[in-house]
Amino acid sequence: MLALDVAKQLGDFHLEVRFSRTGRTVALFGPSGAGKTTIANLIAGLLAPDRGRIVLDDTVLFDAKTDVNVPPHQRHIGYVFQEGRLFPHLTVASNLDYGRFMKGHARDQAAERRIIDLLDIAHLLARRPGKLSGGERQRVAIGRALLTRPRLLLLDEPLASLDAARKREILPYLVRLRDDLGIPMIYVSHQPAEIVNVANEVVRIEDGRLLAIGGIELLDPGSLDVTA
Amino acid sequence: MFDLSPEEWTAVLLSLRIAAVATAAALPLGIAAAWLLARTTFWGKAFVDGLVHLPLVLPPVVTGYLLLISFGRKGPIGAFLADYFGIVFSFRWTGAALACGVMGFPLMVRPIRLSIEAIDRKLEQAAATLGANRVLVFLTITLPLALPGIVAGLVLCFAKALGEFGATITFVSNIPGETQTISAAIYTYTQVPSGDAAALRLVLVAIVLSLAALIASEWLARRANLYFHGE
Repeated sequence: MLALDVAKQLGDFHLEVRFSRTGRTVALFGPSGAGKTTIANLIAGLLAPDRGRIVLDDTVLFDAKTDVNVPPHQRHIGYVFQEGRLFPHLTVASNLDYGRFMKGHARDQAAERRIIDLLDIAHLLARRPGKLSGGERQRVAIGRALLTRPRLLLLDEPLASLDAARKREILPYLVRLRDDLGIPMIYVSHQPAEIVNVANEVVRIEDGRLLAIGGIELLDPGSLDVTA
Repeated sequence: MFDLSPEEWTAVLLSLRIAAVATAAALPLGIAAAWLLARTTFWGKAFVDGLVHLPLVLPPVVTGYLLLISFGRKGPIGAFLADYFGIVFSFRWTGAALACGVMGFPLMVRPIRLSIEAIDRKLEQAAATLGANRVLVFLTITLPLALPGIVAGLVLCFAKALGEFGATITFVSNIPGETQTISAAIYTYTQVPSGDAAALRLVLVAIVLSLAALIASEWLARRANLYFHGE
């Protein structure tokens, strides 16, 4: 369960939302500039709220009153960024292994194999990120986040930087991810077409405020074409 | 051309040793200063920034004299180091290395600072979400990505240290075998009637060493670039 009750002022933008969700795949939906990425950054610990409280399952990640603020590297939350953010000086294999190495986990070859196969990136392992296509890069970024064995996976517009063909390429992987791995996901997007495919609960954000919580009926009707 | 006399060889080898020690000692401090200036804000930052760059704009003689009155045998820092740690700078080659390190420091800090500023901080955030604490983020992301700047800083500092004259001669004088570097030796040879040939030989050595440093830096920078963008 994720429970969020936060306020954050960023320049002229004011975010103030409160919701709690138990679904396995929750979509944060809303137009650009609504504050979706800010919420993801607050959950991951890359930003600290001005006030409020963030709880994931039984762990308090942030609480302004008791001065709790778990740093990002101890939150065990996987984060797939819009632009991939692969490390340019490391090979794909080292990028994938980075989180395990930093956390000091033992190597789990079966899990590695499974995720590498799931995302079809076995043939990319020796390359550097500079030599990957946009779609390949996002698949590696997803694999890198998954291999840290996160308690929650944040996907922030993971398809936004891709063209229509690449979006069609990645979407099936996201669906497989949801069905095969059972890691709770928060999927941030302004594209109803993507959300319909991936999520079953929708949190609709607009102008830094919570508009509605519910199922996929909250998405704008029409434009459910992935390529739009 | 390289038919150097033993005294000339001594000056050349001493210069290389002083420059290498000065550069190696300046490196960790240079990276720390570059990181502080690139990534943090603190009270008095402008002052620290100015202090780092001061040797670049001060007359070298002034820097040398300041070193003499602070790190000399009777200077406050020099006396302390000599009494408690047995480290003596004045009229020793270690003093020459100190002077060269101070003079080369701003040239080292600048390219490292620029390359740290150029690193996309989003990569460091990504590393944090993958479980790396701040120290590990610095060691595994920031430092390797700043490598081209570090290489440039090393070469510039080494080249500066190799040719340093004013601060060194003011601080530790011109003692053959102890503090007489290539530059100081050339200066000495130009002061005696029969020194032209020896001076010219050392001038050639200085040119060769400087060119070698430049070529090495180009090569290293290209290697670093290749490493990042992987062929």
